Amino acid sequence: MALIVDLAAQGAQMIVVLALAPLLLGFTRSVKARLLRRRGPSILQPYRDLLRLLRKEVVLADNASWLFRTAPYAIFAATWVAAALVPTFATGLMFSWSADLIAITALLGSARFFLALAGMDVGTSFGGIGSSREAMFASLAEPAMIMIVFIVSLIAGSTQLSVVAAHMLSHLELRVSIGLALIGLVIVAIAENGRIPVDNPATHLELTMVHEAMVLEYSGRHLAVIELAAALKLLMYLSLIACIFFPWGLAPYGAGPRDMAFGAVAYAIKLAVGGFFLALFETSTAKMRVFRVPEFLGAALMLGLLGTLLLFVSRSL
Amino acid sequence: MSIMVVLWSVGALLATSVLAVAMTGRIAASRIVYALCCGVCLLLLGAGVTHLGAVAETAALPLGLPWVGAHFRLDALSAFFLTVINLTGAAASFYAIGYGAHEQHPSRVLPFFPAFLAGMNLVIVADDAFSFLVAWEFMSLSSWALVLAHHHVAENRRAGFVYLTMASFGTLALLMAFGLIAAPSGYAFAAIRAATHSPWKPGLVLALTLLGAGSKAGLVPLHIWLPLAHPAAPSHVSALMSGVMTKVAVYGFVRIVFDLLGPPAWWWSLVVLSLGGVTAVMGVLYALMQHDLKRLLAYHSVENIGIIFIGLGLALAFEAYAMPSAAALSLTAGLLHVFNHSVFKSLLFFGAGAVLTSTGERDMEHLGGLIHRMPQTAFAFLVGCIAISALPPFNGFVSEWLTFQAILLSPQLSSWGLKFLVPAVGGLLALSAALAAACFVKAFGVTFLGRPRSEAAERGRETDRFSLAAMFVFAALCLVAGIAPGLFIDALAPVVKSLVGDRMPAQLGIEWLSIVPIAESRSSYNGLLVFVFIVFSALVAAQIIHRFGSHALRRGPAWDCGYPDPSPATQYTASSFAQPIRRILGGVAFGARERVDMPAPGDARAARLDITIRDRAWDVLYTPIARGVEFGADQLNQLHFLTIRGYLSLVFVALVGLLFVVAAWP
Repeated sequence: MALIVDLAAQGAQMIVVLALAPLLLGFTRSVKARLLRRRGPSILQPYRDLLRLLRKEVVLADNASWLFRTAPYAIFAATWVAAALVPTFATGLMFSWSADLIAITALLGSARFFLALAGMDVGTSFGGIGSSREAMFASLAEPAMIMIVFIVSLIAGSTQLSVVAAHMLSHLELRVSIGLALIGLVIVAIAENGRIPVDNPATHLELTMVHEAMVLEYSGRHLAVIELAAALKLLMYLSLIACIFFPWGLAPYGAGPRDMAFGAVAYAIKLAVGGFFLALFETSTAKMRVFRVPEFLGAALMLGLLGTLLLFVSRSL
Repeated sequence: MSIMVVLWSVGALLATSVLAVAMTGRIAASRIVYALCCGVCLLLLGAGVTHLGAVAETAALPLGLPWVGAHFRLDALSAFFLTVINLTGAAASFYAIGYGAHEQHPSRVLPFFPAFLAGMNLVIVADDAFSFLVAWEFMSLSSWALVLAHHHVAENRRAGFVYLTMASFGTLALLMAFGLIAAPSGYAFAAIRAATHSPWKPGLVLALTLLGAGSKAGLVPLHIWLPLAHPAAPSHVSALMSGVMTKVAVYGFVRIVFDLLGPPAWWWSLVVLSLGGVTAVMGVLYALMQHDLKRLLAYHSVENIGIIFIGLGLALAFEAYAMPSAAALSLTAGLLHVFNHSVFKSLLFFGAGAVLTSTGERDMEHLGGLIHRMPQTAFAFLVGCIAISALPPFNGFVSEWLTFQAILLSPQLSSWGLKFLVPAVGGLLALSAALAAACFVKAFGVTFLGRPRSEAAERGRETDRFSLAAMFVFAALCLVAGIAPGLFIDALAPVVKSLVGDRMPAQLGIEWLSIVPIAESRSSYNGLLVFVFIVFSALVAAQIIHRFGSHALRRGPAWDCGYPDPSPATQYTASSFAQPIRRILGGVAFGARERVDMPAPGDARAARLDITIRDRAWDVLYTPIARGVEFGADQLNQLHFLTIRGYLSLVFVALVGLLFVVAAWP
């Protein structure tokens, strides 16, 4: 019985993240439109876009290989697994111990690896430029992320997200290193999701684009899967920030349905707040030049390193 | 019993060498020699695997120094390295059954290949300093001969010269290291272990070992020979040199520092960790800048050696502060990476060899689109790329994950130097892992994806069955070691226990094949579940989409924003892929400079972009040394033209000086 409940909770989490990801995207876009004094599309528009793409035929470049056709599913699967392993409404889910925070970071790395390869498969200059820049961003964002993981796990004494969340909940305290980690993680999240000021998800055909350049040759269901993976990634980062720094309302392991429902409501509120702040930040800043991005990400890396150093020097900082 | 099997097998390998000489010129020679090597390596592999947890065995042969003889010993550490060497050895021999057919001068490769294998195996089982050094030098010289197999290329001759110089220097350093720790009762390892050393000696020995073993392994700044020599050899030999010979060097370091030297001082780990961190990042940065596929792989070995030394350095730190369980974790991480790297690096060199025979090109700027013409090679190579980039669920990730876990334990170390160094090393490790992924996106993307950049790449054909079999076995091994790492960690337990006195908790009993290095509440990873999850989600997604969405598909010209250019030269190349990283990190790391030569309007000549990248180790270290040697030689040259009186007085002065030294010696 307990096994079935556990399995159901884990399955629910997988479906919840998948179902909510486009909604978060739609919500963010709609808030952004309102902030710009536009009406903007309905917050359900991303679902409609996905369905439309799924119904269309795929136009494949003549020299696209098997890798190009399988990569979308690999990217989607790796991102989905990563998103499903971050506690959303409850901690201690059945498979949460199968990958810790380092492994989740690396899973996103796997997804990016395939995305960058797919960008190079057709052999166009746009794909190459996207892959090459993505590789540059990733080579700074990933170490920054690992340093943030170091900070968090040195404080909580664990790299398991469920344990981290429980620790943060029971030890409410102001620490310098947590502040550094939060700022760093926000920077990494912005860069990894290709949001303004690093990349602009709303543009096409612009020489500064990164993510859109890699997926330029994709169409139909392949594009739908990749877009869904991108939405999942945004949701994952928001869940991650919520789970580590704002773990209130998370249902503990073995909690009843009431706690779970409470956790779900809290999660929805956190996502809405996160999405709102993302939209607010995006409307209040301009996109930066590509070669300014390394400085932006370098700041996250330095913050992470500084936080880790502080924790090595004193456990109470 | 096992030790005798090993010694007889080494004898068999040497006999195969002789056979190869005898069979010079026969068509079948190559197949027979490689098949024999493969068989003997499998036997040695069996001996290694079965001996992993067993009691040490010794043997003495009446060879070597008179009245002393040669001592051999097979303990857990030797058994582990025996496994690593002969696994790759067997695969490389099998690969070469097919690959060797492309060799133009087989008689320059065949006799040395078994000798090289024999040399490496002898180093592993040697139990006294004399046999160790003789075997070490034998290994160096036989591999040197293999580097010079294609000696008509001027570049290879230079590689051979640099390699020979560095190898001799390394052996000299090791010779002095052994001279320092030799016990009064002799050079046998047992005697050295039992002897007590005066306090200044072990530190000096550590430095000499780092010079000797480090130069063989490719620690920065002793790495300069490696990217020259490894690509120069035939590809199956490159796989052995990069995948295995560097590991023999790691063995030498572990044997001397962990086993023979006794308890470490706290500052040793500072040296080893900083060298490891710098090596990891510099290695991968150099690799990113290359456009020669084999040289890229060779530089990347430097990075992995850095990761291994980070693990070893952490183990030394924990051992010095009496934290045996943490030391066991770090050492396991390092040794597991030894195994993992030997597997995926050999796989990648096999792939590079297949590309080389099929297209005749090593330069990535002339390749491209090979995934269509060599689909199976491309698949195996892709697996190797994912594994070496430390991405789950493959094996490279497991050892790096364990290293990260070890770093997270290190705030408990009480030394201030380590408190500052270890987080920095953690950052360097993370940086090198991320750059490795970029490096292999580039390697795979430029070589196998896109459109062919030359006619040679267009004509490429799939490689032979033997090569493919060797590659697929290793690709499968990458996955198995990634999803069932507990098996490999448990196999390492006796090795680690013999060196640091503790072992990691047993992993095989944990349900679902998880690995839990310390405690479940602290960290755990389950490669199997992650793999199953990924496959399951991908299949579910594909099923649902094909069921409910459209599955129509149409081929058409590439979109490329409406302006696709038919010329393959418009694609991103290896150099342009690395440009952003070169721009942000290259200036500091290797003084990268770009010079644009734009002709004036009306001038019909083509514009040029020149990129200069310097290996700073050459500028800072080797060029001054070479200049100094040259200057000294020039000065001494004048002694060749003295008068007879000059020579007589020189002899007289030398004699007086000598007498003075003898008289003044206490």
